[in-house]
Amino acid sequence: MSARDDILTRIRGALKDSPEAPEIPREYRSASQLDGDALIELLVDRLVDYKAQVAVVAEAEVPARIASLLEGARTYVVPAGLDDGWLAGLDGGGDGGAPGSRRDSRRRLDSPAQPLTVAELDGVDAVVTSSAVAVAETGTILLDGSPNQGRRAISLVPDHHICVVRAADIAGILPEALRRIDGTRPITMISGPSATSDIELERVEGVHGPRRLDVIIAR
Amino acid sequence: MSTFLGMPSLPAFGSGNLFAGESFPKAAHRELGNAQLRANLGHATHTIRDKRINVVSELPDWEQLRDAGSAIKQSVMARLPELLEQFEENFTARGGVIHWARDAKEANSIVAGLIRDTGETEVVKIKSMATQEIGLNEYLEEQGIEAFETDLAELIVQLDHDKPSHILVPAIHKNRTEIRDIFLREMPGADPDLTNEPSVLAMAAREHLRRKFLTAKVAVSGANFALADSGTLAVVESEGNGRMCLTLPETLITVMGVEKLLPTWQDLEVFMQLLPRSSTGERMNPYTSLWTGVTEGDGPQNVHLVLLDNGRSAALADEMGRSALHCIRCSACMNVCPVYERTGGHAYGSTYPGPIGAILSPLLTGIEAEENNSLPYASSLCGACYDACPVKINIPDILVHLRSVDVDSKRGKKKVPSQMDVGMKAASWALSSGKRLGLVEKGLPLGRIAAGPDKKITKLPGIAGGWTQSRDIPAPPAQSFRDWWAKEHQTPDNTPSTNNKEAQP
Repeated sequence: MSARDDILTRIRGALKDSPEAPEIPREYRSASQLDGDALIELLVDRLVDYKAQVAVVAEAEVPARIASLLEGARTYVVPAGLDDGWLAGLDGGGDGGAPGSRRDSRRRLDSPAQPLTVAELDGVDAVVTSSAVAVAETGTILLDGSPNQGRRAISLVPDHHICVVRAADIAGILPEALRRIDGTRPITMISGPSATSDIELERVEGVHGPRRLDVIIAR
Repeated sequence: MSTFLGMPSLPAFGSGNLFAGESFPKAAHRELGNAQLRANLGHATHTIRDKRINVVSELPDWEQLRDAGSAIKQSVMARLPELLEQFEENFTARGGVIHWARDAKEANSIVAGLIRDTGETEVVKIKSMATQEIGLNEYLEEQGIEAFETDLAELIVQLDHDKPSHILVPAIHKNRTEIRDIFLREMPGADPDLTNEPSVLAMAAREHLRRKFLTAKVAVSGANFALADSGTLAVVESEGNGRMCLTLPETLITVMGVEKLLPTWQDLEVFMQLLPRSSTGERMNPYTSLWTGVTEGDGPQNVHLVLLDNGRSAALADEMGRSALHCIRCSACMNVCPVYERTGGHAYGSTYPGPIGAILSPLLTGIEAEENNSLPYASSLCGACYDACPVKINIPDILVHLRSVDVDSKRGKKKVPSQMDVGMKAASWALSSGKRLGLVEKGLPLGRIAAGPDKKITKLPGIAGGWTQSRDIPAPPAQSFRDWWAKEHQTPDNTPSTNNKEAQP
């Protein structure tokens, strides 16, 4: 008998008393009462608690905010599907020239079709991505690999992650957020910069993942 | 082995690092002698208890989440064959390859074979209880394959050639200075001026592992959850070492116990609220990765999953004990356990220490295996573990159940009754009637003689000696309670009073 059949036979044998599969009591909260500014306020509070840096800005100010956060970066990577407008503050002059006409020379584009190598990513200082949905109560941002968020590797290897969250994408609690995404995409849930509590259970921020997480909440 | 046709088959027990190895009292006695260990554990377990209580009490629906978690797991166990088949179909349809392993040996040889197929001799590893359980690292080493643990605590343990002592924080028994010393001694190129600051030590680990992450072609992981309705796997972590292993290599090999399934995507909303708060005492852990088979252009393109039995089917067959398989490995039970807090994890021998280990190890291996029958006694039955368990495993009840399994198995094997049997028989005889008890009480003066002038009995004979090993018994009183009662309630005509009849049992 194959291992598969053997194991399934064993399990069926173990259940010969036919235990009941109970109804699942789902009396926990499935949605929160919060909306608008209260959601933003809670998300900011939780992100700050994780030692992420947060800015809440008007949608129109996102490009300037990104540009200022990238001031010290020698190079940065963006997913090919990122909103071009967000990078406008980085392209030459701000004289209304065609997008990409004087593209910032520090920028690297990444896409599944034309991926940077791991070594190239390791040489990049920062990454800018969008996000799929966020959870205010837990300070969690979900990336789902959509074109404006890119491959998982780009938000992992560079040491500084700048992540834009649209106010409309903030959910109150986890069940609301999970209902908004497709679970079969490659998903990364991010709650603050990488951290460890492995030494005397004292939390230390910054281990293997990005040590600096900047969240821009656009409303 | 189980070619049974309606015949009851023997349970297929697990192997690997699941054995106490020596009896718990003996191991505990040795560990208790280590004052540094006790100080480290006391500090760490109290820190994590406070954190857990804080974040758990924030949620207004914590008990409702526990109820849902418990029911979901109960349902998973009842429907396990069907859910495994559904998961297999979905995972395979998405480009993943499933392997089934009856026991530790079979799982190890599957993983080694998959690594060999890639031509690599090095792998990076994410902390995983399943691979600890099967002793994968040791096996790979024998096969000439080097496995690098990338979780900070696992790295500390691996560098120190030590064993994990906690399922979440395997190096919980080491303090910062001990860890600094291990790094200085074992980490090639460690800065000689390394301090014992946790942040400095974490940076040293980052430097040490970075090159490995960026060049590794094969990673080995466990999984926290597997969703049957989509074929999705989940790994919950903090440091980003998990993301590195799950994202950068070409080949990903995951080893997971068959009990880790959840029926649907919706169930994740329950467990991703229960696990982080119970485990590290955080509202959410820094990183959780979910993957469904292979995603073209993103992450490993060769994705394997080894589904492990290794005694789980045997545990499932125990109707009283099967809920031990609901465990999501959060470690809340060990953090609140008064026994674990003092003895530490090494005293339990098995990969699974603490209250959950005391039930899970003997359930997976059978009660008679290598001193595992001593584990169900490693508890005061205080119930703190049951209160803390996010999926409401009634650990105290299962401990008592396994004690009775142990007693029955010993009784079944012996022709001559043991001291315990004789003692219990005697107690049953004496306690079954007042007259008999009165007769036994006539022997009390003998106890006073044994106690001597300091009025203490310091050493009892035979198995009763266990009681006096760490405490004295005060000399019995000159008069028994029953004797006193009879005399107090005497009527003038010298017969016991009938006034208190209604108070008599």
